[in-house]
Amino acid sequence: MSRAALPFALLALSSACHDQASGGAGARAQIKAVGSSTVYPFTTIVAEQYLANNPGARPPVIESTGTGAGMRLFCAGIGAAHPDIVNASRRMKRSEFETCAKNGVRDILEVQVGIDGVAFAEAKAGPKMALTPADIYRALAAAPGGKANTARTWRDVNPSLPATPIQVYGPPATSGTRDALAELILARGCIDSDPTAKQLEESDTDAFKARCQRVREDGAYIDAGENDNLIVQKLTANPDALGIFGYSYLEENAGSVTGVPIAGVAPSSATIASGEYPGARPLFIYVKKAHLKAVPGLGRFVQQYTALWGASGPLARRGLIPAPSVVQAQAAAIVKRETPLREAALK
Amino acid sequence: MRRRIARRYAAERRFRWLGLGAIVLSAAFLFFLIITMVMQGAAGFLETRVQLPIDFRAAELNVTPEQLRGDRGDLALAGAGLEGVVDAAAGAAFPTAGGAELLSDGAWLRVRNAVKANPALLRQQVVIDVPVNSDVDMAFKRAGTPAAERIVSAMGDRLSSGLNHDFFGGADSSDPTRVGIWGALKGSLLTMLVTLLIAFPVGVLSALYLEEYAPRNRWTDLIEVSINNLAAVPSIIFGLLGLAVFLNTFGLPRSAPIVGGLTLALMTMPVIVIAGRNAIKAVPPSIRDAALGVGASPVQVVFHHVLPLALPGILTGTIIGMARALGETAPLLMIGMRAFIAAPPEGLTDPATVLPVQIFLWSDEVARGFVEKTSAAIIVLLVFLLAMNGLAIYLRNRFETRW
Repeated sequence: MSRAALPFALLALSSACHDQASGGAGARAQIKAVGSSTVYPFTTIVAEQYLANNPGARPPVIESTGTGAGMRLFCAGIGAAHPDIVNASRRMKRSEFETCAKNGVRDILEVQVGIDGVAFAEAKAGPKMALTPADIYRALAAAPGGKANTARTWRDVNPSLPATPIQVYGPPATSGTRDALAELILARGCIDSDPTAKQLEESDTDAFKARCQRVREDGAYIDAGENDNLIVQKLTANPDALGIFGYSYLEENAGSVTGVPIAGVAPSSATIASGEYPGARPLFIYVKKAHLKAVPGLGRFVQQYTALWGASGPLARRGLIPAPSVVQAQAAAIVKRETPLREAALK
Repeated sequence: MRRRIARRYAAERRFRWLGLGAIVLSAAFLFFLIITMVMQGAAGFLETRVQLPIDFRAAELNVTPEQLRGDRGDLALAGAGLEGVVDAAAGAAFPTAGGAELLSDGAWLRVRNAVKANPALLRQQVVIDVPVNSDVDMAFKRAGTPAAERIVSAMGDRLSSGLNHDFFGGADSSDPTRVGIWGALKGSLLTMLVTLLIAFPVGVLSALYLEEYAPRNRWTDLIEVSINNLAAVPSIIFGLLGLAVFLNTFGLPRSAPIVGGLTLALMTMPVIVIAGRNAIKAVPPSIRDAALGVGASPVQVVFHHVLPLALPGILTGTIIGMARALGETAPLLMIGMRAFIAAPPEGLTDPATVLPVQIFLWSDEVARGFVEKTSAAIIVLLVFLLAMNGLAIYLRNRFETRW
């Protein structure tokens, strides 16, 4: 055994030293992306396409860490040890930009890849409703304020609304649009109507979800399956009902349905792009300009994103809401000209 | 008196039945696990293919067979728009079944490989078996959505089932029909290699020193207590340690098997030290005395006599430690081995995932096709575990000495 043990130990030592020397600081062959779990599935599809279209390229490494943690990793510095791309389901904060700048990450490309969001709509002949997140929460949550939901008409929810029955056609529980409904509208309405829910969110996530994000199942919310076109048809047949679907459908069916303003903001490509409309959040990737030359293929990877985010592209098929064409053109121009993000644009 | 004897016998019987019951219960659980995994997972090793007729002469790919040699071939075919040709062929062949939608995202890669293997195909009209999309695949194997079932009955015998070679050769994918286990399996192999190479020698040497050389005093007692405690520390703590030491201090690459291996080695080492010390303690002192008596040096005593006799026990400890390391997920999440990587790693510093993390990632996916892939990955993990343990048991029996 003496003859066997010694080489084992030596091999272990030498391999450890070797890898430390080559892997830590020097160049890196693969693209590295971290960040939001919402953007993660889209970036994985882009990675696959990139690999299929660029034979011989090294596989990109995509990690789902959440936007905040991703930003921390991204802004930790320039060089092979730090990721090239961060996926974000919200815009970069000014404080994060400053951290980046402090660590030498100066030029960052901000590319909006699409939208994650939900639009409320009614038929053209509808009662022209105007809702707030709190109204929607009280009308659609399973247990608003911890008690079972007994609201039958919109007037039960808010005396200034018409006395039409609450009938809302929406996506099934497995849908990403439903997640956006729960996270963007219901959670906000819950906190608006009961500020103590804010503490609950931090102390007990499960209780917060049960109270704020569960949708009622007694018939007022009608599960219309994954078929958004069907919801549009139901709305034209029943002008009293509301529908919930991805914003792109609202845009395509602008002839038969109109968006319901939420908190005074009507859904439009401008209000969604600016983030004013509460039902939508833009999805971004942030790319380090300094890495575009250093990491082989990074430029082509980002170009691949721009090629896939169209309305009939594979990303839309997996549930990405394409950004309005103006925003897409802007983002593509940023990629092409490598225009860095200015700090003044951030909050 | 007789009553008391009867009661004693009854107690004896009850105890025997309880023991037997415990064994039956655990065996039942094991069978349940294995049977559900095999039932669900077996289909994961299969894929559903459809016969896709392609007329390359009409497709006018601007690529010549000569360009297809070597690595440049993939590039030439990607540039020539092969994907579009495959989609068009599917549209023409299956107009009622969804056209290109019927095929898996990876179908054109199968065509690419076929063309690369035989460039002469470019001048012919051929029929190539390509994988179908996940919905139809599920419907063909078991039960799927009504729409997919209709497609399956309409396609009839143009659909066939076969062993999914990509599953054994590929890596992670966002499409369940394209995923492979080899990337994670190779990641596990590399990680386990690093763990074994570090933990085994260091663990055995520590055990030897503590048992054979170290003086008995307060310091060695402290070390002993520390090692025992270290063996019981939850694994996530080792992940944090690995993150702080190997990534942040030493600057080793994130998501790499070398870091995973080092982190798991820290976790495995105490187990090997404890098992090793017990095994060394069990070697009869008479053997040491006899060796010293005939003039062997302490090092000779250790390496010629004590270690070979203690080896079976040390190997048992190593098996337990390595098996735990193989199934470990939590510390690896901390050091970034949970990334999506679409190709297998090529070395110790390449980003990789390991089998349990891959299972965790797949079980989290929304698409229904991932259910059977998750079960199939579990089968692969169990087979790997059995193979590793089998090897260790073989080694142990070979070195086993009786006296």
